[in-house]
Amino acid sequence: MSTQTVTGIIEKYNSEPKSLIAILQDIQANQRHLPKDALEEVATSLDIPLSQAYSVATFFKAFSLTPKGEYCISVCMGTACHVKGGKQVLEKLERDLSINAGETTDDLSYSLEEVHCVGCCGLAPVVTVNDDLFSKVKLRGVKRILKKYGEK
Amino acid sequence: MEQLNTEPTKTTANAQKPFRMSVLVCAGTGCVSNNSFKVMEALQDEIKKHNLEKEIQIVGTGCNGFCAEGPLLVVQPDEIFYAQLKVKDIPLLVEEHFLKGRPVEKFMYTPPEGEVAIPKMSDIDFFAHQRLIALRNRGLIDPEKIDEYIGRDGYTAIAKALTEMSPAEIVQEIVDSGLRGRGGAGFPSGVKWQLCAKQDSDTKYIVCNADEGDPGAFMDRSIIESDPHSVIEGMLIGAFGMGASEGFIYIRNEYPLALERLHVAIEQAEKYGLLGENILGTNFSFKMNVVRGAGAFVCGEETALIASIEGKLGEPRPRPPYPVESGLWGKPTNINNVETWANVPIIIDRGAKWFASIGTETSKGTKVFSLVGKINNTGLLEVPMGITLRDIIYKIGGGIPNGKKFKAIQSGGPSGGCIPEDQLDLPVDYESLSEAGSMMGSGGMVVMDEDTCMVDVARYFLTFTRDESCGKCAPCREGTWQMHEILTKITEGNGTLNDLAVLEALAEVVKDTSLCGLGQTAPNPVITTLRYFRDEYLAHIEKKECQAHVCRELNTYIIHGDVCKTDGKGCGVCRRECPDKAITGEKGKAHVIDQQLCGKCGVCYDVCNFNAITIE
Repeated sequence: MSTQTVTGIIEKYNSEPKSLIAILQDIQANQRHLPKDALEEVATSLDIPLSQAYSVATFFKAFSLTPKGEYCISVCMGTACHVKGGKQVLEKLERDLSINAGETTDDLSYSLEEVHCVGCCGLAPVVTVNDDLFSKVKLRGVKRILKKYGEK
Repeated sequence: MEQLNTEPTKTTANAQKPFRMSVLVCAGTGCVSNNSFKVMEALQDEIKKHNLEKEIQIVGTGCNGFCAEGPLLVVQPDEIFYAQLKVKDIPLLVEEHFLKGRPVEKFMYTPPEGEVAIPKMSDIDFFAHQRLIALRNRGLIDPEKIDEYIGRDGYTAIAKALTEMSPAEIVQEIVDSGLRGRGGAGFPSGVKWQLCAKQDSDTKYIVCNADEGDPGAFMDRSIIESDPHSVIEGMLIGAFGMGASEGFIYIRNEYPLALERLHVAIEQAEKYGLLGENILGTNFSFKMNVVRGAGAFVCGEETALIASIEGKLGEPRPRPPYPVESGLWGKPTNINNVETWANVPIIIDRGAKWFASIGTETSKGTKVFSLVGKINNTGLLEVPMGITLRDIIYKIGGGIPNGKKFKAIQSGGPSGGCIPEDQLDLPVDYESLSEAGSMMGSGGMVVMDEDTCMVDVARYFLTFTRDESCGKCAPCREGTWQMHEILTKITEGNGTLNDLAVLEALAEVVKDTSLCGLGQTAPNPVITTLRYFRDEYLAHIEKKECQAHVCRELNTYIIHGDVCKTDGKGCGVCRRECPDKAITGEKGKAHVIDQQLCGKCGVCYDVCNFNAITIE
């Protein structure tokens, strides 16, 4: 992704400091992380200290300073999912992908995350992959989910 | 299109249209993830095939509430309710019901304990005991069509407010209604409005808090997905009453469907002149903005939320000054929750007296709850204040699945507590739940059965608050961390009685000295579980035993050789899955766990399809 895109995103929000979070969200969505040069450009364009951009980028869960995988697998850790075995699903994914929660596979295919409730508690346990949602996930169903996103 | 206990309205969305039947397909997040869009497409194809397009209309509605049974479909005018539909069911359904007029019993809902299918939605227990006010339009209108909201008397309240009432009268009406904040704390909304209206300032802001962070709760998501205009209209009325000119809806980015519907609704309202300059030809102007949250639970706290809208770190600050004096960019700001705003139009429309006649002495109106966990009928419900927890669990929720025994109901999210069996006759209102050590909270209710370990639940919530503590004040940052450490020690079988004493002391300190609501309420799950389930803590400490078998370090996993060999034919799944290589055995023969190597992860138990593994 070129810097042009970052510039475009900043312009979309009229370089307003109050839009810092929205700008970073768009860059994150676009590039799957917040590269250092993008953060620097945002700080300069919005006329705010780099430390402020950095503090926001490291405070909120939605942001990452290192690249995320093509498929972001989030396992819901809400209360309903917790009592219905969400943790076991997460552990199965950790074993199958050979990474821990919060990590990304070396080939940048998958990121595995815990999410604190996606608000679909009636369907617990829930796993989301990018914008797709899988409900009432069983350990046996994990393989099928991964298969859908390219794992052989 | 009148439905069950929904508040009556003068006209209905489709009264003027010549359709013989309306098919309402639930398109809330739950049903969508269960393929309701595909079911809807199949319906459209099939209806076209039979040339029924002019007779039958298909409406994609917001969340119907009965999420566990999705995808759902309701056929009006007879209110026939179909559950768990699949694409392949559609041809038969269309031919039998829509063409020949014979509702199809096998697609109807059958209660878990019952044998007979229930055709009518209002006869189903889950719906029969509800009273819909905030959710008055749920499942009845297409949330992406403003005309359908208007068709159910939408935007008549703002018209009434602008043309027949003064701002002071509007605020007084909310005061008289007794409406209290639905986001958790239950502060009287009218009093908040009065304080804001009194402020002398050229600019005032109002905010809708849709940063629904409590795990186990999805009321706000459902309201926005099913009826976004009710929130917009509520905010318009509030803005006029308090003298605000700009509003912000702060919504979680994890709710893509709700976000999309909100944007569509705002665009349509702007087009209709209901947002923007000189609304309905009056001098009143109002601008609406949507701000996406970036994943921080603490941003549900009002001062942190304000900082976040300003583009800053979402950290709370000490109050006073309260946002009503100095909020967004230092201007007077009123913040209410989604459900609170959704109640406003109907209060203005039908009057404070009507609203105040529902509920209890101190808690008026209804409350929306998400009922989830170990319960038969999971979903979203709205009930009058004062209903008992027992009625919610057994009448609406249909009891506990698989014949298990009820243990506790958790309300109020990480700020709330666990209420045991002997307190189930408590009326649901702000005061009673607080007295029981829990709180109303935003409305998440998680049911727990005998297989839930209460020490593990306390630890779960402390994991949550520890992770979500913003770190600004020491009591919350360090206190939640240390409480979590102690709870972990206990669940691993290394706790002592002294740990319990320290845990209790720490809980009091964190509660009393934290900066904001997050820290002040974080110890509640620990305090209530210690109060009602102390014996479970003692069993973990003294007997090194977890009765629910949830705390794995205290478990011993054993393979029953005979079951493994005869039923499972020594399938070997557990051997392949075991990360510690602690299981041995040949295919076709009984397998054995080497207890020395076993890391007690419990995978073998979870993957065995033949119940050959037990926990001791």
